[in-house]
Amino acid sequence: MTLSVQDLRVYYRTLRGDVKALDGVSFDVADGEILGLAGESGCGKTTLGKALIRMDGRMKLVGGQVELDGENLPIGDTVKMNPFRFTEVSIIPQYSMSAMNPTRKIGRMVRELLDSRGVTVDTDELHRRLDLVELSRDVLTKYPLELSGGMKQRMVMVISTLLNPSLLIADEITSALDVSTQKAVVTTLKGFRELGFVKSMIFITHDISLTNQLADTIMVMYAGKLAEKAPADTIVNRARHPYTQLLISSLPEVGVRYAEKKLTGIPGNPPSLLNPPVGCRFQDRCPLAFDKCREEPPAVEVEKDHFVACWKA
Amino acid sequence: MRQYFGRKLLIYALTFFVAVTVNWMIPRFMPGDPVASMVARARISDPEAVAAMQQYYSNLFGFDQPILAQYFNFWGALFAGNFGISIWAYPLPVADVIMDAVPYSLGLLIPSILLSWFVGNWAGALAARRKILDNTVLPVGYVLTAMPYMWIAILLCWGFGVVFQVLPVAGGYSFAMQPNLSWEFVGSLFQHWLLPFVSLFLVALGGWAIGMRNMIIYELEADYSNYLAALGAPHRLIRRYAFRNAVLPQITGLALQLGVLVAGALVTEIVFSYPGLGSLILKAIQNQDFFLLQGTFLFIVLGVLIANFVIDVVYVIVDPRTRAGMTGATT
Amino acid sequence: MTTTDPITAITAPDPGTPPVTVRREALYFAVRNGKLLLGAGIVAIFLLIGIIGPFLVDRPPMEYVGQPMMPPDGEYWLGTTTFGQDVLAQFVHGVRNAFVVGLLAGGLAALIGMVIGFVAGYRGGLVDEILNMLTNVVLVIPTLAVLLIINAYLGIRSVGMQALFIGLTSWPWVARAIRAQTFSLRSRDFVDLARLSGVRTGKIILREIAPNMSSYLFMTFILLFGSSILIASSLDFIGLGPTDGVSLGVMLNHANQWSALHLGMWWWFVPPGAAITAIVGALYVANVGLDEVFNPKLREL
Repeated sequence: MTLSVQDLRVYYRTLRGDVKALDGVSFDVADGEILGLAGESGCGKTTLGKALIRMDGRMKLVGGQVELDGENLPIGDTVKMNPFRFTEVSIIPQYSMSAMNPTRKIGRMVRELLDSRGVTVDTDELHRRLDLVELSRDVLTKYPLELSGGMKQRMVMVISTLLNPSLLIADEITSALDVSTQKAVVTTLKGFRELGFVKSMIFITHDISLTNQLADTIMVMYAGKLAEKAPADTIVNRARHPYTQLLISSLPEVGVRYAEKKLTGIPGNPPSLLNPPVGCRFQDRCPLAFDKCREEPPAVEVEKDHFVACWKA
Repeated sequence: MRQYFGRKLLIYALTFFVAVTVNWMIPRFMPGDPVASMVARARISDPEAVAAMQQYYSNLFGFDQPILAQYFNFWGALFAGNFGISIWAYPLPVADVIMDAVPYSLGLLIPSILLSWFVGNWAGALAARRKILDNTVLPVGYVLTAMPYMWIAILLCWGFGVVFQVLPVAGGYSFAMQPNLSWEFVGSLFQHWLLPFVSLFLVALGGWAIGMRNMIIYELEADYSNYLAALGAPHRLIRRYAFRNAVLPQITGLALQLGVLVAGALVTEIVFSYPGLGSLILKAIQNQDFFLLQGTFLFIVLGVLIANFVIDVVYVIVDPRTRAGMTGATT
Repeated sequence: MTTTDPITAITAPDPGTPPVTVRREALYFAVRNGKLLLGAGIVAIFLLIGIIGPFLVDRPPMEYVGQPMMPPDGEYWLGTTTFGQDVLAQFVHGVRNAFVVGLLAGGLAALIGMVIGFVAGYRGGLVDEILNMLTNVVLVIPTLAVLLIINAYLGIRSVGMQALFIGLTSWPWVARAIRAQTFSLRSRDFVDLARLSGVRTGKIILREIAPNMSSYLFMTFILLFGSSILIASSLDFIGLGPTDGVSLGVMLNHANQWSALHLGMWWWFVPPGAAITAIVGALYVANVGLDEVFNPKLREL
């Protein structure tokens, strides 16, 4: 068991009160597993990704436990968490285009970063990995501005995985890319796992179809809670949660003429997380909602590795 | 890089052209007969001087010539270094009068600009680091930048010169001395220089400190800072990067602030009767000495343009991106 | 973006929060922002002094009304000048004129900066190139030096005239900032939509682009307001102030010229400078507060 998250609660402090961005989420990620994390913007998926490596100033840990390789991760304590960052948990941020210091040559930045962590640069290994992602070794003597978007993305992928972390968080890294580049990124990430650069991975995206190409398991979140978690093809073909079903059915399908089949959305908006409703958070938009939904549905394992938080499942 | 400098130089050339044109146009576009009113307003009693003045103005303005010819003559005189004759310091040429004053102005401006820039940036970076410092640097900074230059000069002059009587309040050196190369004279120069320098320094300081604090906080929130922090880099490294990136806009800011700083120096000099360009301007205005005023104007514009160019060069040296062949600065 | 984005496809697209809510939200944070309240409070006090002061102190500011060189007392709250002018009367008129200059010059500069910035940023191409060049030239020329020349040749100077010329010379940085913002806004969907539906350029700028920058425009105006007061006071101090009235800068000029420092007449030169510092400083601080109100990222820290 690489990662184990128990009842994680992370709130955002605002002047109007706490926004309950993550409100009791539990799941596991196994060795070598790639977990795809999907959901609408604001469902808490990015918060989850950030919480596992570095919370920003407005986030606070309210409850829950996180274990990585059997060791407790002190995610609420930014100082104690520091030794784990980069070496155990690493991230490819969604802002790869601007993740590198614009006024340092990339090679020097990498060296200074590694020095600051007390690690000496293994130049051969670095070169090998650059070759792997088809980056010329010259990039190390260039400034980020001199690289194309795709090159920056690959460079950041190399930097983030340089110390072979146990867990890699890839946060919406494909949303700004075109389809062919997305494919390439997905292939590269798979390769990183095969080569043992990373043990397991959480791939955060709002694009379920892309998640399906990469992830072993998909976890769908809604309004700060887990809605459904199951192996990828189970989610795509046999989803049990009405939200997941609507999400899947709204995907455009290859070969379907949209004049005949109208693309349907889910009417309504997610609830405010400042004062979330009691019970199931999807009840107001759910076509199947009934009285019982005023009570909160627990995440139940309906079959092996298939968790659903819905009374109708 | 060639393009970067080419563009800059084009702007400066254009600016100089506009400044000279404005200088030429203003006397011609103001209502009334400029020569008559200038000579009349000039408080000269010496009839010989008045006649010379009249002659000189008429020749220089050359109203009998077509307007375009007047304009070209003006440029011609300019390139010959002929700015006219000063009325206030008659019969000295304006260029000489100005050249006597320039060293004093530069002696005030250069140290106060540089020192306030360095100290201000340092204070601002420090403020961005600690809440307690932030709570003092910020209010002090705002009060300082909001102060009119001449008022802080007046307060210093009054406090140190009149109330405590520890420093002289007027002139560039003691009235009892003739300029010479002795320690005594240098000491006197320094004593007279100190208060105007401090007052310029203080006002400018506030602006730099606030600017640096805001820039560095912005940089600490930038993506690259977050990425480094997520990878567990120590604060030291992140702050070093942030500082370096925050300094770059401060250099550009220096170029933008030059006009304000020069204006500040002018009024500060007036308070302390410091014998630089500011005092010349005051004399020129009081004596309706328009040639002196216009000559000083051109000198100031020229000085600011040169300083701008120097800052451009410095920027290219400091910002690696411009050296790497890209246009990092977008001025 | 070439990605298919099922999420934005399924949540019925929200056409932006209605403006009323935005305004109410801004107000909510505005009344809770200490910097804004402090700054606005100080400005309001001086505004009040400037508006009703001249009616309460009915002594003419430039007339020789009392004993010369009197320190503050019950009759002349701020004492008298070397000539027996009432400093308080000069002060209240000076504060009034500071606001007049700030309002007119700041307003004019904001207007010119906006028009040039919008047009340059929206049109792009050659128009942008020319306007950008103009902006850069005016930016490099030392403003005060130009104002000196202009004002020196003006025989009669009024507060309005002074404001006009200050406004005409202090717009460039505004134009530049607004140009950059317009540049980023003009490729947004709602602007494209307006353009495709054949709305005229002027209308697009006025209806679609300007409202999106309204808070920024307002803050720009405040900064210009403050800097105009400072520039005007420098001009006045050099002796190029209004010939038809009194201002805080003119008071400082007279105090300096008639040796108030050496005579120790602090009541003559301390109040006008303190008033300028307080007004301008309060404007700056209020501006920081406004920034926090309008910028959600800043206010939650």
